[in-house]
Amino acid sequence: MKKSQREAQDGSRRVGRRGLLLGGIQLGVVTTLALRLRSMQLEHAEEYRLLADGNSIKIRLLPPARGLIHDRNGLVIAGNEQNYRVSLTREEAGGDVAPVLRHLSTLVPISDERMAELLEEFSKRSAITPIILADRLTWEQFGSIAVNAPALRGVTPESGLSRVYPRAGDLAHVMGYVGPVSDYDLSKIEDPDPVLMLPEFQLGKVGVEAKLEPVLRGKAGARRVEVNSAGREMRELSRQEGEQGATVQLTIDAQLQNYAAQRLGEESAAAVVMDTQTGDLLSICSSPSFDPNKFVRGISTTDYRALTEHDHRPLADKTVQGVYPPGSTFKMVTLLAGLESGVINGGSRFYCPGHTEVGGRRFHCWRRGGHGSMDALQSLQQSCDVYYYELAQRVGIDRIADMARRLGLGVRHDLPMSAVAEGIAPDRAWKRARYDQDWLIGDSLNASIGQGFVLASPLQLAVMTARIASGLDIKPRLVRSVDGVPEPIPAAQSLGLDDAILNQARAGMDAVMNSTRGTARRARILPDEWRMAGKTGTSQVRNITAAERARGVISNDQLPWNRRDHGLFVCYAPYQAPRYAVSVVVEHGGGGSTAAAPIARDIMLFALAGGLPPLDAVPSDQRGAMEARHSAMQLYTPDPPKPGRTRA
Amino acid sequence: MSYLDYNVTAAPTGFRKALYLNWPLVLLLSAVACIGFLMLYSVAGGDADIWAKPQIYRFAVGMAAMFALAFVPMWFWRGVSTISYVICLLLLIAVELIGDIGMGAQRWIEFGPFRLQPSELMKIALVLVLAAYYDWLPIKRVSRPLWVLTPVAMILLPTALVLKQPDLGTSIMLMAGGGIVMFAAGVSLWYFGAVIAAVVALVVAVLESRGTEWQLLKDYQFRRIDTFIDPSVDPLGAGYNITQAQIALGSGGWSGRGFMQGTQSRLNFLPEKHTDFIFTVLAEEFGFVGAISLLVLYALIIGFCLYSALTNRDRFGALLTIGISGTFFVYFAINMGMVMGLLPVVGSPLPLVSYGGTAMMILLMGFGMVQSAHVHRLR
Repeated sequence: MKKSQREAQDGSRRVGRRGLLLGGIQLGVVTTLALRLRSMQLEHAEEYRLLADGNSIKIRLLPPARGLIHDRNGLVIAGNEQNYRVSLTREEAGGDVAPVLRHLSTLVPISDERMAELLEEFSKRSAITPIILADRLTWEQFGSIAVNAPALRGVTPESGLSRVYPRAGDLAHVMGYVGPVSDYDLSKIEDPDPVLMLPEFQLGKVGVEAKLEPVLRGKAGARRVEVNSAGREMRELSRQEGEQGATVQLTIDAQLQNYAAQRLGEESAAAVVMDTQTGDLLSICSSPSFDPNKFVRGISTTDYRALTEHDHRPLADKTVQGVYPPGSTFKMVTLLAGLESGVINGGSRFYCPGHTEVGGRRFHCWRRGGHGSMDALQSLQQSCDVYYYELAQRVGIDRIADMARRLGLGVRHDLPMSAVAEGIAPDRAWKRARYDQDWLIGDSLNASIGQGFVLASPLQLAVMTARIASGLDIKPRLVRSVDGVPEPIPAAQSLGLDDAILNQARAGMDAVMNSTRGTARRARILPDEWRMAGKTGTSQVRNITAAERARGVISNDQLPWNRRDHGLFVCYAPYQAPRYAVSVVVEHGGGGSTAAAPIARDIMLFALAGGLPPLDAVPSDQRGAMEARHSAMQLYTPDPPKPGRTRA
Repeated sequence: MSYLDYNVTAAPTGFRKALYLNWPLVLLLSAVACIGFLMLYSVAGGDADIWAKPQIYRFAVGMAAMFALAFVPMWFWRGVSTISYVICLLLLIAVELIGDIGMGAQRWIEFGPFRLQPSELMKIALVLVLAAYYDWLPIKRVSRPLWVLTPVAMILLPTALVLKQPDLGTSIMLMAGGGIVMFAAGVSLWYFGAVIAAVVALVVAVLESRGTEWQLLKDYQFRRIDTFIDPSVDPLGAGYNITQAQIALGSGGWSGRGFMQGTQSRLNFLPEKHTDFIFTVLAEEFGFVGAISLLVLYALIIGFCLYSALTNRDRFGALLTIGISGTFFVYFAINMGMVMGLLPVVGSPLPLVSYGGTAMMILLMGFGMVQSAHVHRLR
């Protein structure tokens, strides 16, 4: 009995029923967990898998190698070089970059100014954005950073390609330069290529680099990388290399360009060499120049100020952007307009007493005593102004302006260069539109000798000369081939001028150089197979007042530099079978015959000879000076052309 | 009254006790711990030295402690239950006064080189004292109000102290552990119904208190609640953890992405991956197969403990077994529910798997007592 009572009591003391109930509840909870697992891992696994991949797989762009630029002989004039740099990510540096930067500055020089800039940039940018600390490191510096990597937390040494211009300043104005993409650049581009967002990407800023950007850029490659939650790369999953941009071959002859740059020297001047058959621009040289590599690397404020404050304006491209009164080089235009209209023929004569009176104003010839009776050939040979004053009154400005445009003046030539100037070939309509004034006869007289409203760039003067020489509407051309595919040479149309008419102007230009009374006889080329025809020009920068004239015109040498006349010269050669047209403008250089003609002659000789001008091609009294000039020049020796597409 | 009166002869003595240990339970615990080592090796990126090795040492020490405790006779544990509870309570007060600040919460007390977490000890001490209380309390008084309020006070006192640290996870664990012992002891279900009603009322009150002067929880606790309700509110802030945990878990699929191949865990998207979120690593790398296996192992541990309790005629031993295993159950249920998005995020490790010495030691000591109850059970 006692036992059964105890058993009963014992039974109620046991946890049986409640224990089973508890077990049931726990089983329920475990089942719930299992069902939840099943739902997430079996039914919705695909969705979560997508989310996980989206989390961890990122596409990183690989900047493409920029297309090379070759000269017409295959010399690399814009290449890419390996650039060693270090970047730092704040997140990887543990949040505080200052100690890392201090340590780094013991290995590579970082100025205090740069240090402050960097710290500010770090505070502005996201913690996972890599910021380039130092660029263009030497191999030794790069190595020392790699060795010290453990102490430089978050610093990543990396290498990439950077633009380099082996010819430095020679082609600066033609090719322009590349630079980092700015917010302003991006604001101008609709739907920018994502590759532009890469911090090290270089974008063409001016010149050919900017104009041919779409061709040169290439196609970005991509890497699929796995990143962690902080965005740091863990490993590369796949890699698709980008496509290098197309190799662009310019019509420029780098050696000729080099010679032209040396020949112009320190003058504020421009020279253009053009093929009279194809329109190929063999040289477009503006002086003084600048080193575009400095811009690629980020030019210092001091250097930049030196360039902008230089009174010879090195940054301006005087060949296509600069416009000048063409002066007497314009006389061919007026002459051809007169001959074509039938107002005169080659034998027509005008008398030059040294000046002419029109509308109560006196217009002077450059020779105060006058030239006497002049025909067409003599008017060019001796550059008589009065002949053209008389001619202009009879031909009228509209026909002169029309002829100017046919010869390529006052027309914008389509070149892949920055800010190609249109110049001005003035006529009645132009003056009405520009100044809302009637055309005056005095305007015609000024225009007839390339003064007054007339403005032309050295490029346009070269085009004009080439067209006179060939009788065809030659168009200037700068790109010879893209990716090995030659750019078509536009078929040149006849100017519609009879050879008989053109020959009058050609003979005049020949007489300028090769007759005893020619204004540029000193700059003639002796060998007959290279015989050169040309025309001098001197354009006034200031107005000569009556009072000054009464006192006697002060010679250029006594004037401050920036008030002296511009010297101009246009020419082509060989006279019998023209190949090249050259124009040279020397700002404030004085007369065209002394300042510009010898330079043009030397450049022409270089083009004709395919190398340094032979001394026996110039009059014997100039050979000594020429030899001295050549020995003072620092010319590049041409490297053998590199075959194929190399990453120079 | 109980143990000495009956079947003294039936109880094993000396080393013979080893034969009467609950060996399946030992094997199950070891299996779970091994999964833990594997996962700790994986989250360290294949480096055993970081987490796996220390964890193995601690497990070895913990197992030794378990065996040692298992050999201690049951009546000893009953005898020390009250005093251990009082000591733990005093330690909790001491932590409140002098404890170090760790992880934003006062949890540790330094004893020379030894770092003590009294709140962990309290989990066992509370179960001990409640089991002893209901062993002592005549059955007919179990549901009388006064005799119900006494254990409730014994539960709430340490809970309040832990909550003040503040450690929400442990305080929930204490309440759940105590509640389970009371439930098993046969306290009227009406009381539980009343408590559930009160909790619902409290939750409403807490949520209503937000932003007022008498705000009942800290802001971060409120944010955790927000995050639980809708993790997408702040996917990169407070909701980040839980969103990433669920992505890891779900992306595991049927068989997982392979050992050490989990992108979420290996690439640091997972927070606290070696502690509170380690289950997601398992689920990501071994998929449903791995995750359900661990769940089954846990369920079997509970099952064996429950079976041991049901067949134990000693009330103290049975209640102790149910209390310890119930605490263990709440541990993994909260952790898994949390990473699966069924429960709000509370700091709670996955028992025997998460990295952490104290929790593992305490759990194994608890299982040592369970083993003791098993070895010395009345048959």
